[in-house]
Amino acid sequence: MQLMKFIKSLAYPSEMLPPIIEEEESHFDPETVHSSAKMGMWLFLATELLLFGGLFAAYAIFRAKYPVMFLEGSDSLDVVLGSVNTVILIFSSWTVAIAVQAIQENKIKLVQVMIWITLICATIFAINKYFEYTYKFSKGIGPGTDIFYSIYFASTGVHMLHVFIGMIVLGIILKKTYQGRYSKDNFTAIEIGGLYWHLVDLVWIYLFPLLYLA
Amino acid sequence: MAGSNPYKTYLNIFILLMFLTFVTVAVAQFDFGALNVPIALLVASIKAGVVALHFMHLKYEDSMTWVFALYPIFLMFLLIGFSATDIFTRVTN
Repeated sequence: MQLMKFIKSLAYPSEMLPPIIEEEESHFDPETVHSSAKMGMWLFLATELLLFGGLFAAYAIFRAKYPVMFLEGSDSLDVVLGSVNTVILIFSSWTVAIAVQAIQENKIKLVQVMIWITLICATIFAINKYFEYTYKFSKGIGPGTDIFYSIYFASTGVHMLHVFIGMIVLGIILKKTYQGRYSKDNFTAIEIGGLYWHLVDLVWIYLFPLLYLA
Repeated sequence: MAGSNPYKTYLNIFILLMFLTFVTVAVAQFDFGALNVPIALLVASIKAGVVALHFMHLKYEDSMTWVFALYPIFLMFLLIGFSATDIFTRVTN
């Protein structure tokens, strides 16, 4: 009998599930939805941190093993470009923080200006990185040159990917601000999009001294 | 934001981060020997802490969010610590 029941449950899985209760509206209050979305974002950021953790572990071990190679490698990187990019990213983090504050005061115009500035900063960052990469390639240096450069290209490349994803996220949010989708009662997307952008900044804060200045 | 103007607070945080970026570049000009990397990491961690606490509002979050923020750092220490102890204590290499 149990077996028949089991086979029947495979054929009609929906019959085994509890009935779905249709709700007119969400029975969670908006504050709970907001704080759990934020918590989910923090959990996601934790996994992102561990993605970079593998690269930092590789860096630590190979740096300890081949100190001379890492010194020569970091000397060959352009400290001025690296510093400029650091300033740009911290500046864009600041503008995102202002945007998150502004939406809570219903200042949509300010939110839009701040996200535009952030996107422009991200573009300048990408252009700088493009020149850095092409300059290295023109000198015949690539990810396969030695372990320093393979860690350099891998970690800055994965970081660059995050810059692009962050630009897409902020771009979508910007488009929705023009459609009037956000207000002081509905700004969760801007806040968690902002958290993502701050993570991009956080990772660069570590990459810059380790790669360019060490 | 403690009653004061939040925009002013953010501006102050930005200025502090710019100063710390200057410190990052400045300390790299001196050779502290084996302490080079720890000092660079210390300055970077202060900066990261400022960004997380103020820009990411960790200061105002509940304890569960703090766990999510701090636990990966612990895991990263485990990853780097155990990999390093493995690799640098091998007899034949």
